[in-house]
Amino acid sequence: MRRGAYYALAAVVLFAAGLSLYAKKTPSPFSIALSRDQKIVHALNRLTFGPRPGDFDDVKKMGLKKWIEVQLHPDRIAENPLLEEKLAPLDTLRMTPMELARNYPPPQLIKAMVEGKIPYPRDPDERMMVERAARRFKNKQGQNGDEAPTLENAGLTEDQQRILRRGAPPEKLKVFDSLLDEQQDEVLEAMPPGARVGLFSVAPPELRRKIQKSAGPQAVITQDLAEAKLLRAIYSNRQLGEVLTDFWYNHFNVFLDKGADRYLVTSYERDVIRPHVLGKFKDLLLATAESPAMLFYLDNFQSVSPNAMQMAARRNPQARPARGLNENYARELMELHTLGVDGGYTQRDVTEVARCFTGWSIRAPREGATFEFRERLHDNGPKMVLGYNIPPGGGIQDGLKVLDILAHHRSTARFISKKLAMRFVADNPPPSLMDKMAQTFLRKDGDLRAVMETMFNAPEFWSEGAYRAKLKSPLEMVASSVRALGAEVNFTFPLSQQLVQLGQPLYRKQEPTGYTNAGAEWVNSAALLARMNFAVALAANRIPGVKVDASRFHDTEDTNQIARELMLTDLSDQARAAIETGLQAKADNNSGPADSAARGRGARVPPAQQVPKPLVIAGLMLGSPDFQRR
Amino acid sequence: MLNRRIFLRNAGLAMVGVGTAPLWLQRALYAADGSRKKILVAIFQRGAADGLNIVVPHGERHYYDMRPTIAIPRPSGADRENCAIDLDGFFGLHPALAPLKPVFDAQHLAIVHAAGSPDPTRSHFDAQDFMESGTPGLKVTGDGWLNRSLVPETSGVSPVRAVAMGAALPRVLHGRNNAVAIENLNSFQVRNDSASKVFQAMYADSSDSVLSGTGRETFDAVKLLQSIEKQPYHVGAEYPRGRFGDSLQQIAHLIKSDVGVEVAFADISGWDHHVNEVAQQPTQGQLAQRLAEFGQSLAAFWNDLGDRMADVALVTMSEFGRTARENGNRGTDHGHANVMFVMGGDVRGGKVYGDWPGLANEQLYEGRDLALTTDFRSVLGELVQTHLGNRDLRSVFPGFSSKSFRGLIKA
Repeated sequence: MRRGAYYALAAVVLFAAGLSLYAKKTPSPFSIALSRDQKIVHALNRLTFGPRPGDFDDVKKMGLKKWIEVQLHPDRIAENPLLEEKLAPLDTLRMTPMELARNYPPPQLIKAMVEGKIPYPRDPDERMMVERAARRFKNKQGQNGDEAPTLENAGLTEDQQRILRRGAPPEKLKVFDSLLDEQQDEVLEAMPPGARVGLFSVAPPELRRKIQKSAGPQAVITQDLAEAKLLRAIYSNRQLGEVLTDFWYNHFNVFLDKGADRYLVTSYERDVIRPHVLGKFKDLLLATAESPAMLFYLDNFQSVSPNAMQMAARRNPQARPARGLNENYARELMELHTLGVDGGYTQRDVTEVARCFTGWSIRAPREGATFEFRERLHDNGPKMVLGYNIPPGGGIQDGLKVLDILAHHRSTARFISKKLAMRFVADNPPPSLMDKMAQTFLRKDGDLRAVMETMFNAPEFWSEGAYRAKLKSPLEMVASSVRALGAEVNFTFPLSQQLVQLGQPLYRKQEPTGYTNAGAEWVNSAALLARMNFAVALAANRIPGVKVDASRFHDTEDTNQIARELMLTDLSDQARAAIETGLQAKADNNSGPADSAARGRGARVPPAQQVPKPLVIAGLMLGSPDFQRR
Repeated sequence: MLNRRIFLRNAGLAMVGVGTAPLWLQRALYAADGSRKKILVAIFQRGAADGLNIVVPHGERHYYDMRPTIAIPRPSGADRENCAIDLDGFFGLHPALAPLKPVFDAQHLAIVHAAGSPDPTRSHFDAQDFMESGTPGLKVTGDGWLNRSLVPETSGVSPVRAVAMGAALPRVLHGRNNAVAIENLNSFQVRNDSASKVFQAMYADSSDSVLSGTGRETFDAVKLLQSIEKQPYHVGAEYPRGRFGDSLQQIAHLIKSDVGVEVAFADISGWDHHVNEVAQQPTQGQLAQRLAEFGQSLAAFWNDLGDRMADVALVTMSEFGRTARENGNRGTDHGHANVMFVMGGDVRGGKVYGDWPGLANEQLYEGRDLALTTDFRSVLGELVQTHLGNRDLRSVFPGFSSKSFRGLIKA
């Protein structure tokens, strides 16, 4: 070879070698460890709904390892008395489906009460509520029931009527308080919904409850659920428990607004999901499979063996037309709850699994709903599921056998580990971590606490690759904002409404997939705008039910310090520069109230209230790109 | 008119970059382009709508055998409201779709039956993903066909070129071209002027690549949309109440405001009728409820746009159809082929297209579902190529060799 070419070749070889050396030297971000302080911030971001003032110091004092250990045992943590106080009026949360049906009856039961088939509730408030609903029902039927009350015929002066309809909330409350007790119930029912909301925002807890009930029984149940979920996210000491309850409810998703499910979700979350989040997966799986909420949501309670109905039809030719096999639950059980869509099942398996679950049904779905196995509706033939032979005559054991197979399947271990890692670590978790978790799952019989421990002990969890790698879901953004501000929350109804705008209505994901665990999927224009608007409004004390105080920031107006208070990290240079430029512009303009622009557009906004500067800064920070990550 | 257009275009070009031109001028530019751009509106019925009960094969005997309690009765003069509306002697519309009959008769609504995705999956999630990515069977595709259908352009691009109605940007619009999710036109802004400026700077300059890109697009779109919100606007038709009607009304608003929308997307959920699909009467039950909202909204959209419909084509799809036989709960389970609607000024409507495979047992897919005879990509492909004018179908639908089109669009 010519010398020049030789040198050129050598240069290329050396360069390539250098490159590969360089590539080897550049480590994966999942193997770069965090500093001690970063670890605490990270733990708070991942195991809770966001740090509150003082949390960092508390964890540091206790020791991070100890703190995690404590969080992994929610039962041993004394609950926040503030939370219990706020949950106390929400009585539906403690009721069984039967009690809910009796005390907050669905339309079918109201009909039965009107027809004298069952008694009205004993509690006077609830009786009043039912009578109102009954009256509406009668009116709908075209019967001339008692006329609905109106503000005009409630014995009010013109002035009182005007204030109740359109006055400022505190004035409404004054007028309302001045009324006789008997008038109050009528007036509540007569007030248009918009006017009621205004009164609600300033009402003491008891009156709030009354107002809720005036909207109708069913609404109370669904509102209590959302109210409680946000209160727990914000106030519970058992933060990891609540994060996991959210995760597992989402995994075993049930859509609140599907018919009878409105009455079944309360018990589902309380009795089926929450108690099992750190237990064995097979127990959680079985509890969901037997739960009326899931049986109803995925239609299994109506799935019957065609043979069974044929026999019934032969016995009684006048019987209702044959019902049949319903595959909905069988498919989602494998695709979404256990194996995952690539977990290795076939359409044939879906049909066979559906046959196994025939007869898994609900007794009285709208009046107390309990699980009932109906032998006569079960397909007792032999089945073949995922290569396993299920002999004939197994009855309820068929379904139990399927759950057993699925709970111990390798694909389930991988699928569950992946989902947990997505929620707690990163949208694309490192395979090494998921493998470790799956191993634990298989070795420890699906012990979810052990799987969590494996995750929290893994260096990948405490790495640069995981740090601030997740984009917050709307729920996480709202809860972490309120927590970071140390805000006082009296009711969360307006926050739930915000979540609808942010794209995550609580308990209302219609599809069985539940909400995504991939943070990046939440990022789009409508959602970003909604987050910015929410952040500004929250910090400016414009969200009813939530009170924010500038004293949170101990009189500082320094952007950096406020950032550290809110996020426990420094603000990015870009964000800081933008905020400081904006503050400067405001100072130069000598502008008045922050929302003068909004006023100019004719929005109804309270009169000039200067938002204290620390809160203006906080609002901008909560809406910043920095705060959208955890 | 012509003079005004030339003036505007020259004035616009004279400014340094479109970004500095006043908004009304930018808007006028999109309209003053001379050649008016065509617009494609894609509608997704999520949940696997029951095509066999939506466009009813009333001439097919097996249909009635397979659905003893939930078939839609044959057209009859006697009880118009509760039987199929005849279209061509074999097919008929579900009675709840009566509002669409005039559009069909005016020959601007075409129907393609036994159409859909060839992939065998019966998972809603996967099938929707495949239909939105435009690559059935391939999970690795990250973007969506509707985004790919846009010819990449670098300058003079409207920030609302691609629009999805709703709080989340659907997969179908993920991709290289900017696309914007709009929940509500009139609330699409930061309500506080000074905060808006700060946020704009924060997101534009952020080193967070995920957030900064979306941030910038967002604020571009905000400026444009706010400018049209300030104009008085008259809705040209009565839409039914509900989310879907709202979505279509807002898309119509955007189109009529000439802000440069080229593709738009909306979805309507609630079609997964395993139970109580059809109650005692065809006018009752879940399907009738959904179709009422669906049909009335589409008809309102047609009427609202009026002449403007000359540039617009609307297509509907659903991830798969449902079982040919009813399931014993007055419902149906997941199936295969389905029905698609195509509506627009340049559509050769008034006809039901496709090769009808029949519903005899040996003609069914896997012995249970309507078989597929038209790939959804050939319907969409024809729209993308002939209507939108993007001839590069290989990149819009990679892996799909487009056979001849059905001839839905007037060339």
